[in-house]
Amino acid sequence: MGKTVCETTVQIRNADGLHMRPAMQFVDTANRFECDITVSNGENRVDGKSIMQISMLAATCGTSLKIKAEGQDAEKAIIALQELVELKHFDEPTPGDQEKL
Amino acid sequence: MKFVDFVCFEAIVPELTARDRDAVIAELVSALDKAKRLKRGKCDEIIDAVIKRENEASTGIGKGVALPHVKHAGVKDVVAAVGKSSVGVDFSALDKQPVYCVILLVSPVDNPDRHLQAMESIFRHLQHEKFRKFLRQSSTAAQIEDLLREVDENPSLL
Repeated sequence: MGKTVCETTVQIRNADGLHMRPAMQFVDTANRFECDITVSNGENRVDGKSIMQISMLAATCGTSLKIKAEGQDAEKAIIALQELVELKHFDEPTPGDQEKL
Repeated sequence: MKFVDFVCFEAIVPELTARDRDAVIAELVSALDKAKRLKRGKCDEIIDAVIKRENEASTGIGKGVALPHVKHAGVKDVVAAVGKSSVGVDFSALDKQPVYCVILLVSPVDNPDRHLQAMESIFRHLQHEKFRKFLRQSSTAAQIEDLLREVDENPSLL
């Protein structure tokens, strides 16, 4: 059986960006899966399961990140991570939310 | 961002007297206050805010390091204090191990990007085992300052 490779690009939309708490949520989610997960901001490609490395991306609001998963459950991992970043926004407000207040 | 851009060298505590997490936070925030990096009268408020943040989720990221932090109106720009404990402090770290190096960061509320840049700079260095080792071995404020300046100037050392 060949190795499954899945890739997607997500945009950070919560106003505070990928600070420590969201970074921990990302790493927690990534660690639920067997597959290898890497994240790239165009300059650096880092291990999606390491809090130190994910925090190093310093992804501000508006930054695009490419997530790559390799392994049996790669597809599920990509779906879960995309949901966390782009649908849940790490349960944090986006700039649009703040304008509505 | 470089360490010199946000680390307050007057707030380096080479041997923390505090033995528990909350007291360590208080010691480091007080060091920033003493160095006049906090707005007047905000010290206690900031201590409480850092502890509250720490209670939500530990910033003890493992490998003997903790990065307590908070966004607070009591600072104009991102500022950090550095503390070390040779006996180790319980920060309820992710790897359940004691913490020997604490970098405490206070960021203004209205500039999340700058907070991220400071964190990036801290993590970029902390991920190197050599840096963590050097930091742990530095026993005076001057040695810690030298180390931080050196990796700023010459990141390839790590």
